[in-house]
Amino acid sequence: MSPQPIPHEIPMTDHLLHEGVVDTRHGPILYLDEVSVNFDGFRALNHLSLVIDAGELRCLIGPNGAGKTTLMDVITGKTRPDSGTVFFGQTIDLLKMNEPAIAQAGICRKFQKPSVFDALTVFENLALALKANKGAWSTLFYRLKGEQRERIHHITEMIGLKTRYQHRAGILSHGQKQWLEIGMLLMQEPKVMLVDEPIAGMTHQEIERTAELLVSLQGEHSIVVVEHDMDFVRSIASKVTVLHEGAVLTEGTMNEVQNDPRVIQVYLGG
Amino acid sequence: MEIIKLSKDKTSFVVLGLLAVITFVIPLCNVFFSADSVFHFSAYSVSVLGKYLTFALLGLSLDLVWGYCGILALGHGAFFALGGYAMGMYLMRQIGTRGVYGNANLPDFMVFLNWKELPWYWLGFDHFGFAMLMVIVVPGTLAFVFGYLAFRSRVTGVYLSIITQALTYALMLAFFRNEMGFGGNNGLTDFKEILGFNLQSENVRSMLLMLSGITLMGTFFVCRWLVNTKLGRVVTAIRDQESRVRFLGYRVEMFKLWVFVFAAMIAGIAGALYVPQVGIINPSEFSPLNSLEIVVWVAIGGRNTLYGAIIGAVLVNFSKTVLTGLMPELWLFTLGAAFVVVTVFLPDGLVGLLRHRLEEQQA
Repeated sequence: MSPQPIPHEIPMTDHLLHEGVVDTRHGPILYLDEVSVNFDGFRALNHLSLVIDAGELRCLIGPNGAGKTTLMDVITGKTRPDSGTVFFGQTIDLLKMNEPAIAQAGICRKFQKPSVFDALTVFENLALALKANKGAWSTLFYRLKGEQRERIHHITEMIGLKTRYQHRAGILSHGQKQWLEIGMLLMQEPKVMLVDEPIAGMTHQEIERTAELLVSLQGEHSIVVVEHDMDFVRSIASKVTVLHEGAVLTEGTMNEVQNDPRVIQVYLGG
Repeated sequence: MEIIKLSKDKTSFVVLGLLAVITFVIPLCNVFFSADSVFHFSAYSVSVLGKYLTFALLGLSLDLVWGYCGILALGHGAFFALGGYAMGMYLMRQIGTRGVYGNANLPDFMVFLNWKELPWYWLGFDHFGFAMLMVIVVPGTLAFVFGYLAFRSRVTGVYLSIITQALTYALMLAFFRNEMGFGGNNGLTDFKEILGFNLQSENVRSMLLMLSGITLMGTFFVCRWLVNTKLGRVVTAIRDQESRVRFLGYRVEMFKLWVFVFAAMIAGIAGALYVPQVGIINPSEFSPLNSLEIVVWVAIGGRNTLYGAIIGAVLVNFSKTVLTGLMPELWLFTLGAAFVVVTVFLPDGLVGLLRHRLEEQQA
């Protein structure tokens, strides 16, 4: 599979491809084609094809074992697929990159289980995530500049942890840890945010604020949310993709999807 | 948070103060007071204290790897021994014609083995500067090669611990062999001079103690600076959530590698300071048991606090000196029991206990 032939309508002057620059002029920011993953004979992903457009907020739903987390593992470089193509924009082949390189390129991930650094403060957690040169040597002599401090404070406000930025992350509530992790994603100035079960363990109010936050972030960031809570999915997403047994079952608005007999069958086991 | 930082700082200043006393006062006493004065320390106690300080340095380096980076290295003694061998080789070359065979070109054990010339890897060790370079370069290189392969393949946890044990065990077996050219079973000993100074002299012993103390304090400050840089935070983060750090865009294996190499170099320096004070280096320093003991010092003192490693190393080794004098057969049981008790009841070690008390008082 060669990277995206360019259609004839586009003038030659637009053909310039810049190494390492995400090219989304044709719409898609994530492009997965015929991706398969086998775990000891179990097909976690089965010829899955999926396209995420730039600036979109997409929800992924599906029963347990449908391959949602494996899909995120493939995109972020944690799992290598046995076959298939995964492109970031038009030009960046994600299958040739490892996790840190993919993260540096602008695909960031929130884990299902909130993964923050308990021993460090909220501020330090965010400072570690800050987009910067992340080599060992430059990290050794790194100093935060004023504007970066401001950015960290701006994000702490955004995620509702302004009064807590000096607290150790270990003492935060489950919901606050989820937010802190979203904040860490934002610090990386990502192009794509993969968000795995963002509202687990949250109160009603927190869920509402999370929905507002995610909706406000779309456009500038492309966001893929994996979530089980259908009300939450309905409240944020215009487009929903249903996964089943490692492949895309159907795509559409929440209403279309919920009325699709195949989806009903998968969920109710009918 | 502030309280923790304060009490941490206070304790580290107390520890540094004590170190400074050992480092400067004892040698000075020996210069100013005659041998029959109560303020005069015997050559024996001076070299025992000096030995403790080199162990403290070794503990400090392991704390960096284990306490901060979460790599439970059970073969850290190998780097200590390699540094010791590099120093030992220099000291062997200083013996010159004063050996049993009076051969200026070959150490005694090589004459005994009927070797005709010095093996290539002994060349240069008659220069102090070169030998000191090797004290750092050899452990550093081994750590680099080993760490590069292990961390790149993402070997972690108990598997990594086991292969570090295997590494030091393999080195021990190799150094036991006479054909290796490091004195086999007996190792290197019978040293006479260092830089022209008589190693048996009390003043030289005092100087070595002082040097060990200064190196320990200097290294302590460097490590303290290191763990407070952003790199230090990344390393702590790797310890707690390795994959999260990777997904933040850090190449985890490189961070682990550099910490591991840096710690190996410190361990090498510790070994080099140890050898002239005890007068011998042999393959038993590579024994897996030695490496396990370092872990116990750090656990008992309190890992993840640099001064905890120093306290643990000195305290455990002091008890060892006392107890092996009184009841040699009980020592290993005592050590094992202490380790179990600390692991179960004091996860932060003795300094953790102290700190909790301090916090309770301030709260």
